[in-house]
Formats: sequence, C-alpha cells, structure tokens
Amino acid sequence: MLDFIQQLVSGVALGCIYGLIALGFVLIYKTTEVVNFAQGELLMLGGFFAFTFIALLGLNYWIGFALAVVCMAAFGAASERFVLRPVLGSPQFSIVMATVGLGFFLRSVAGMIWGTDDLKIDTPFSTGVLRIGDLVLAHDKLSVIVATAILCIALYLFFTKTQLGTAMRATSENMLAAYYMGIPVKTVVSLTWAISAAVAACAGVLLAPITFIHSNVGLVLALKAFPAAVLGGFGSIPGAVVGGIIIGVIENMAGFYLAQGWKDVAPHIVLLTMLLLKPEGLFGHIGRKKV
Amino acid sequence: MSFLVAENISLQFGGLKAVDQVNFAVERGEIFTIIGPNGAGKTSIFNLISRFYNPTSGRLFFDGEEFTSAPPHRIAKMGIARTFQNIELFDNTTVLSNLLVGRHCHATTNLVQELLFLPAVRRAEFEHRFRVEQVIELLDLEPYRDKLISGLPYGVRKVIELARALCSEPKLMLLDEPSSGLNVEETDDMSFWIRDIRDELGITVLMVEHDMNLVSRVSDRVLALNYGRELATGTPSEVQSHPEVVAAYLGT
Repeated sequence: MLDFIQQLVSGVALGCIYGLIALGFVLIYKTTEVVNFAQGELLMLGGFFAFTFIALLGLNYWIGFALAVVCMAAFGAASERFVLRPVLGSPQFSIVMATVGLGFFLRSVAGMIWGTDDLKIDTPFSTGVLRIGDLVLAHDKLSVIVATAILCIALYLFFTKTQLGTAMRATSENMLAAYYMGIPVKTVVSLTWAISAAVAACAGVLLAPITFIHSNVGLVLALKAFPAAVLGGFGSIPGAVVGGIIIGVIENMAGFYLAQGWKDVAPHIVLLTMLLLKPEGLFGHIGRKKV
Repeated sequence: MSFLVAENISLQFGGLKAVDQVNFAVERGEIFTIIGPNGAGKTSIFNLISRFYNPTSGRLFFDGEEFTSAPPHRIAKMGIARTFQNIELFDNTTVLSNLLVGRHCHATTNLVQELLFLPAVRRAEFEHRFRVEQVIELLDLEPYRDKLISGLPYGVRKVIELARALCSEPKLMLLDEPSSGLNVEETDDMSFWIRDIRDELGITVLMVEHDMNLVSRVSDRVLALNYGRELATGTPSEVQSHPEVVAAYLGT
C-alpha cells in the first residue's frame, strides 16, 4: 500500500509536467489551430535559462525562476512573430513543419551554448523530504504538484474573469468575428505563445532537480505529453492536465509493477484504447457539421 | 463632409479588378444599400470598409477622419460594427456571452482590477449587462438568452449577429446580406429591425442586399455595381429603373 501511494505521488508529479506541456499544446492549438511541436524545446530552454540565472549568475532561486519565465514568455512571443506569422496562411503541413524545424534548431543551439552535459541547479526543493508516518515524499515532486495546481487556478481565473482572457477565448472560437469586436487578434496570438512558453518554462524549472537539464529533455517529454493532450480531448485545457496526470500515473505504475519495457509502452496502449473507445477524448466534444 | 466617404477606391487581385474606382458617400442617419449581380464587388467593398482588405488605391473617411490604413480591430472602437454573410458567431457559447463580447471595445477596466474584482469592475459589468439586456429586448431575444449558439436555427443566429453588432453601440452598421437564408416572415422582421436601428437608435446603416423587395422597403439610397464599377446611385426606384441596371440584371 505504501509503495502504491509512493508511486502514485511520483506518477502525479511526472504527470503534472506532461500536463503543463500538454497545456501549452492546447493553448496554441485552440487559438491558432497549429500544433506546436517545439513545445518540449520551450521547456528545455526554460530550464537552461534558469540554470544560467541561478547557477552561473548566482541569483536567488525565486528571482532566477521568475526571470527565466519572463524571458521565455518574451521568447515565445518572438517565435510566434518571426517563425509562425510569416508562414501563416500556408498549408497546415508547412506550419507544422516550421514548428518541428524550430524544435531542431533550438535543441542544436542549446547544445552549442550550454554543452551536452547534464546540468543541475540547487533548488530549495532538491533534497528535502516530507514524512507522513512511514510515507516519504520528496519535496521536488511535491513542488511540481503544488505549482501545477497554482498555475491551473491562475490560468482559470485569467481566462474566465478578465477581459483579456475572454478576448483570447473569443479569438480561439472565431478569429474573424473577434477582429470586429475590437480584439487585437495578432497581439492575442502572440500572447498565447507567450503564455504557452511561460508555462513550459515553469515546467522546465520545476523539473530541473528531478531529471537534470540537457538539450534533449524536452523531446522525450513532449512525446509523452502529446498523448496526454489527445487523451484529454485536444482543445480542452482541464483535459490536458487530467490527461497528463493519467499518463504520468500509468507510466509510473507500469514501471513499478510490470516487467521492464512496459513503462514506455503503457501510456501509448492507454492512448490507443482511448482512441478506439472514445475518440473525442475525455473532455472533448464531437463537432457535427450541419447541412 | 459626409459621414462615410469612399473616394476612388479600387481593389485588384492580380489582373482582376474586384472594385474599380468606386465613389460614394453615406450621409448620417441614412440607410444606404449596395446592390449588384453576383461578383459585382459588393462584399469586397464591405471588406475594404471593415479593413479586411487593403485598397489598391483610393481613400476612406469616416466621420471626417481618414481610416484607409487602420487595422481591422480598430474598426469597432471607431464606431463601426458589421455582420457577415455567413454568420460568424462564437458557436460554443451562449447568446448572452456572445453579446457581452460585443461590449469588448467599451472595456474600461484593466487586468489587475479584474483579477481583484474591484467595485469598478462590478459597476462596469452591470453597465455592460444592462446595455446587452436593452438590445435583447429590442430584438425580442429573451427566449434565447442562455441557449448555446450551436443549437439555434439559422434565422435566430442571424438576429443574434445583428444584436452582437448593436451591443458595441456603433455609429455605423455594416450589414452583409441581412436577409440571406431567411424565410419571408423573418425577412419582414429584419426589415422592421433595420428601420428601428436607424429610427430609434440613430445608427447609420450601410448594407449589401439581394432581395429587391427588402431593398426598396428600407433604403433611402441605393448604389448599383457591376464588374466592380459603379452603374448608378439614387433612390431605390430611380436605380431600379436605370437602363444600365436593368441590362446588368437581365442581360441585353
């Protein structure tokens, strides 16, 4: 039982990271109908930025964290402006390839700047543990769960309670109509990328004490986060997080209870089963064309 | 100067002149209609005014100010609202939410105030809701207030789009084929509402319309186009009896 809870908490923590990446996928997809395959690289870059600020420049953890998030938000908006906007209006496939290209580019550049070794930063969560009876929970994992919860609440409030959030939802529903409601659509799209990149950066920094920072960290995670987004019903924000947690828990449980090899296969088995039984995902809805 | 002026506007797609040196002026408080056969350039003119297209040449003035190069999202703030030929609503949300988005250009509060839900936000929200309710009452939309757009019939959606445009309290309303897809009774209602919008709310109306019956009932003046060029401007009966207009519709 104790093992089970231990694995559950680790799984949820890992799942939260998947969820945060999936959230980035979904945010961008909802506003622009583009799947951003460089989402994992944004996470990786967030980690490297934090490393630069905290380990190299010796800033306080929280200041470094905040700076990394702000830098990544600016970086996200810039990639929208200079990589995505020029190809807007091209076939879907070209746009998707542009994001794949962006991912490759970022991985290589990160490797050139920060090298190919695993880097680590000292965080307030690196070593501590929380003991509840016999249960031992590492602070680094708990911090991921708590931070994800805070981020989700903040995003929820932003999207439902503010004019800007509503403008973003309106843009994702109908871009043409949004223009004539006086919503600056181009700014909104840039902002969507900024938020996605900021969320990815948060995930990257939180993940730093658990997996270390290296240039390929994003690739592997994004490959797992993609099924998470689909599981939640691509296009649903709560779905992305729930999907992420489910994938994380399944992966961890499979790794612990089943033979070696199942760990990486299990999430995809769940995904395939899901697509066969409920193709619209947990929170998605089926669009029906009216004729 | 007139309320809305189009001065020698042209729009060219490659070798095709969709709009060719068109001039017209809409007076304040007028219902002005653009007619013409399919492909005459009516909707192109609309898209030029709502700044969706950039004119190849020519200038546009609204209320004495030039807006030839304003970005599309500025249009609502200037006091111009529009509807679309093929209805562009936010389908997965309620009628009320759609209308409230129409109030976006009147936003007075900022992000921090909204997150803290300060009294100013509460007051602004009350004000927005009040204005939306006035529009709902005007257009008899009470039964649909909390319904999802995706479940409503076409005719009702058409009215909701008009309502959403009204919620932005425009000075000029652009209606792109307000009667398309409506049945006879719905078209009748629409013609009353178009008059109400002008008579009761004092909004100038510029519309594109095919239904000549509706056109002659509501319009003060009509501009007839063919192949992007202006054929005639005048009262509905003058334009309808103009020899070139007759020729364009019936062939020679």
